[in-house]
Amino acid sequence: MPENKDYKVIGTRPIRHDGVDKVTGRALYGADFQMAGLLHGRVLRSPHAHARIISIDTSRAEALPGVKGVVTAKDLPDAGDKVADLGEGAVNLKHLCDNILASDKVLYKGHAVAAVAATNPHIAEEACTRIDVEYEVLPSVLEVRQAMEPDAPLLHEHLKTTSLGETAEEPSNVASHIQHKLGDPEKGFAEADVIIEREFITGTVHQGYIEPHNATAHYNPDGQLTIWCSTQGAFTVREQVAEILQYPISKIKVVPMEIGGGFGGKISVYIKPVAALLAKKTGKPVKVLMNRADVFEGTGPTPASFIRVKMGATKEGKITAAQGYLAFEAGAYPGSPVGPGAMCIFAPYSIENVIIDGYDVVVNKPKTAPYRAPGAPNAAFGSETVLDEIAEHLKIDPLEIRLMNGAKEGDRRADGPVHPRIGFIETVEAAKAHPHYTAPNGKKHHGRGVASGYWFNIGLESSVTINVNADGTINLVEGSTDIGGTRASIAMQAAEVLGIPAESVNPSVVDTNSVGYTAVTGGSRTTYATGYAAYEAAQEVKRKMITRAAKLWEVDEANVQFADGEFSCINGKEAQISFRDLCARLGETGGPVVGSGTVNPGGAGGAYATHVVDVVVDEETGKVDILRYTAVQDAGKAIHPSYVEGQIQGGAVQGIGWALNEEYIYNAEGEMTNASFLDYRMPTCLDLPMIDAVIVEVPNPGHPYGVRGVGEVPIVPPMAAIANAIYDAIGVRMTELPMSPDRLLKAMGKI
Amino acid sequence: MARRSHVQTTINGETVEFLCEPRQSLLEVLRDELHLTGAKEGCNNGNCGACSVILDGRLVNSCLVLGVETEGKSVETIEGLAAPDKLHPIQDAFLENAALQCGICTPGFIMSAKALLEQNPNPTEHEVRYWLAGNLCRCTGYDKIVRAVLDAAAAQ
Repeated sequence: MPENKDYKVIGTRPIRHDGVDKVTGRALYGADFQMAGLLHGRVLRSPHAHARIISIDTSRAEALPGVKGVVTAKDLPDAGDKVADLGEGAVNLKHLCDNILASDKVLYKGHAVAAVAATNPHIAEEACTRIDVEYEVLPSVLEVRQAMEPDAPLLHEHLKTTSLGETAEEPSNVASHIQHKLGDPEKGFAEADVIIEREFITGTVHQGYIEPHNATAHYNPDGQLTIWCSTQGAFTVREQVAEILQYPISKIKVVPMEIGGGFGGKISVYIKPVAALLAKKTGKPVKVLMNRADVFEGTGPTPASFIRVKMGATKEGKITAAQGYLAFEAGAYPGSPVGPGAMCIFAPYSIENVIIDGYDVVVNKPKTAPYRAPGAPNAAFGSETVLDEIAEHLKIDPLEIRLMNGAKEGDRRADGPVHPRIGFIETVEAAKAHPHYTAPNGKKHHGRGVASGYWFNIGLESSVTINVNADGTINLVEGSTDIGGTRASIAMQAAEVLGIPAESVNPSVVDTNSVGYTAVTGGSRTTYATGYAAYEAAQEVKRKMITRAAKLWEVDEANVQFADGEFSCINGKEAQISFRDLCARLGETGGPVVGSGTVNPGGAGGAYATHVVDVVVDEETGKVDILRYTAVQDAGKAIHPSYVEGQIQGGAVQGIGWALNEEYIYNAEGEMTNASFLDYRMPTCLDLPMIDAVIVEVPNPGHPYGVRGVGEVPIVPPMAAIANAIYDAIGVRMTELPMSPDRLLKAMGKI
Repeated sequence: MARRSHVQTTINGETVEFLCEPRQSLLEVLRDELHLTGAKEGCNNGNCGACSVILDGRLVNSCLVLGVETEGKSVETIEGLAAPDKLHPIQDAFLENAALQCGICTPGFIMSAKALLEQNPNPTEHEVRYWLAGNLCRCTGYDKIVRAVLDAAAAQ
């Protein structure tokens, strides 16, 4: 159970350890990496959404002065039909390899086909135009329901639907069908006084990190491969590259550079194996950078989806049954986040009768990648809008109906697990009590909406080593790349254990040869799991330091107590020494002290959020402006509240973008027509008000300080909250994302 | 390879000479020729502001300026902002306000804020938001960035 006491470090707001490097431009990100003799790589991408590759002729490119090497899928080892376990679930290796460099077919515009290494990036780019690829263009399918039709163009001739454990006879674009069932949904709907059923469509959106993907690779003559890159997980890069290149992990070192945003999109590898292939072929270090169009067209967006939600409730407001149908676009290869979407869709509520069906469907779009609570925002757009309609129908306050039905400890989620102590109700209560919710809201075309969301969070493996310095500071070595202030939140947990200030910890994120295995920075796990490992490492340091104090005082260890940074002798002898002073005496008491902690914790506590938003709708243009936004979230325990607020604010704003502006726009040929930051419009600061982040703390019993992951759940409620606010403003239910001006005008009957 | 031109310019107060191809942007020159990698490439077409620098007192996207255009001009980059023993007040305000997460957009925002405060030392929140609309941040939701710039203005 979490310790219940006043913390000295936890809950304070120290300056982050990597802050000065990042405000002075000194921090080195992947693209900033330089080394002597570097070549520059560039990837040629498919101009077609779906085509068979007849031939690739690289001779004209190779003849260009300055070109040092060209690679295609032929340079990859034969993947066969192997299934690789890459920590994030099983992956078909051929699919993984084909997404790196297409072998027989291209499955989306932007699919990598070949790559060039040259003495400068301009020559590499020019060389790409001299690679002659002959394609047989095939009909493409870009929408999930069309792809599910029996006569739809097939992406994979060997893909057969796996449905509830059975594999179909005929090939299909539907990779899998999953189902969760609880109670008796038919009976539940029969008990309902009101039943609402609606269909929803969500667009393809991108994670939108500002830093494009990058990788530099180099082979030493002894075969040692080093990759410098931006990634959410150096170890997962090592695993994926090892599988794709069929190369031992012990011969690959991945050096994580600073990372410019990921949000789930920098877990899969794209150009890292390509850089390695080019390095192998040329014998030189090769740096490959994507441009922004490559990022949009060649890396994982999050799925577009079709969702049907049906919910029934008694006239008193008790939800008696819920049904969800989720069809998610996986992109070119199976593996959409329909599973997590199905886990999360009704998870804020205690509902006795539930049925959820999920479909993973391939389409001619880039292979989707995780994006912040993957799958949950799509699902919540449907369920939270339908619940709002039920509340309206029953004339019950929308937060009140959430309180009446809110999930609590001991309730079962439809997909099986029973909730431990959770803080959903507390988020709704805090939203209800917030001055935003009670402020006047009645002006014409102004509206207020609320919605809630859930994300389960994950644990996974983390390793931390602490080396004690003679001046009372510690060096903390970790494997979690720091995307949003986790050096600080991890260091603070070690500092709390040892009774030292956060500033006395020097955290370093190191390469795969220099720290124990650590899973990705993702799943809202880093402050939770790597923080947990830091706690364990600090506990080991504490135990060893107690031994040293006992040795110094020539007493039994049992007589040494440690509290608030001071060791004291509690029996027989009057003696005290601070952590800092004892650090100076390690040499005379047995030598250096090193502590290590490794975890794979099972107690990641689920996170809940409830958001309140005010909008105004411009009747002439259909534009929606956000006037006020309040995001309440259970953080378990906020280690560094500023960075918890930052996660909440950032997640809410990504949700606002998803709700109002962002989508991949395709033409009839299946080409994305808005692959730039000008045309794929993410929110700017002029589009937004301040985002009021309200932290609720219901400690997670699965962490020594009660930490819950905070990164993902804030993106879950915004779409439904804004849709509900738009309804409040103009009386129109929006069921398609984004709720862009053209869709608003159509919904209002103006065009 | 195209012929390289000789360019003499001032960067962060120091006279700098470099050779560059006519097609190389100022961003490429800063990063690849001069190893000043504080300016970042997020889009290479002027939409994200991560490469913001100040050219003869004017805020520009360095990806939209050619290296050869800086002949005889003065360029300020993020690397020139802090004194050896003291951060610039805008840098301090970003740290105090936790106004960065991944940090890739931070140099651009700080240069953009510096240009704003030089023109308008006491901006309103709306003026800050209007000025910074050319810089994209995907992590923070901008709340803490706007507060940092307002704090930096107040501290001047």
